[in-house]
Amino acid sequence: MPSEECNMKVTINNKEHETQAKTVSELAAQLQLPAKGVAIAIDNELKPRTSWDATILQEGASITIIKAACGG
Amino acid sequence: MELTSEQRRRYNRHLILEGFGAEAQSKLLQAKVLLVGAGGLGSPVALYLAAAGVGTIGVVDGDTVSITNLQRQVLHSTPDVGRPKVDVAKERMQAINPDVHVETYEYYLSEANALELIKNYDFVIDGTDNFATKYLVNDACVMLNKAFSMGGISKYSGQLMTHVPGSACYRCLFPEPPAKQDVETCAMVGVLGSIAGMLGTVQATECIKCITGVGQLLTNSMLTFDALSMQWQRFDFAQRASCELCGTHPSIHQLKEYAFKPCSKRV
Repeated sequence: MPSEECNMKVTINNKEHETQAKTVSELAAQLQLPAKGVAIAIDNELKPRTSWDATILQEGASITIIKAACGG
Repeated sequence: MELTSEQRRRYNRHLILEGFGAEAQSKLLQAKVLLVGAGGLGSPVALYLAAAGVGTIGVVDGDTVSITNLQRQVLHSTPDVGRPKVDVAKERMQAINPDVHVETYEYYLSEANALELIKNYDFVIDGTDNFATKYLVNDACVMLNKAFSMGGISKYSGQLMTHVPGSACYRCLFPEPPAKQDVETCAMVGVLGSIAGMLGTVQATECIKCITGVGQLLTNSMLTFDALSMQWQRFDFAQRASCELCGTHPSIHQLKEYAFKPCSKRV
């Protein structure tokens, strides 16, 4: 990792995290999220996987990871 | 629609409710709602919709009551173990309210019967316990321009969304079901029983609102609940132009194989 790489502080599911991810895709890869059945919300807006590449993470973002639940 | 004097007494709390009244109550009495699954979510939905006076309630479920159901499926009682869930549902709903006409379908919703069944109803409640049927309900309702409420529970949490024609569908958010190895069913990881009540009553409320036109629906949104922190959160999402089902160039035009396996039969 280059030394100028800086960590950004974000909250993920109400817990503070530091990440070097620039986009939601990079974050998802870092967290090893499954390829399907997961959505990520930034603040109160849910982002489907198709928009993850284009969604840039901001310092202090409140991120919520939602897994599709199948129980009934 | 004229209410009888008994109906005026039975539905009094709705009739005196500001913004509801006889007009909304008449709409409920004329409505047809299909309940897919008479389990954890379906139980409170069935009880509250019957009590509210939804005129016709269809229940589709091929399962029988087992003792492991009784921890959360409050429609069913200990002496019902072994009986078809749809029979118990019908009995309970008619005991609560003889105004309600109950249609029972003692089989599982499948790609072969979904369109035929759903087309006769105004609103569909998804109370199923597996992704295959959740996607089937979503796809069939979008194809038929039907409104539905989708619910899912797992461990200590749950999630809900409402769809009406033109609003985002389940595939807009989750284009495909998770891979088999990532799926955690209630039979595998457990579920806090009372969660089914919390989420199911929201589904019943959305159904009543949709039929009567009262209030704003949970459309283009997902409501999540976590019992451990006792937090409800509402997230917005839009209809996705690239959605395979309801986007501008859809690739799903008919119900396909959903590899259906109900949770309870997968042991």
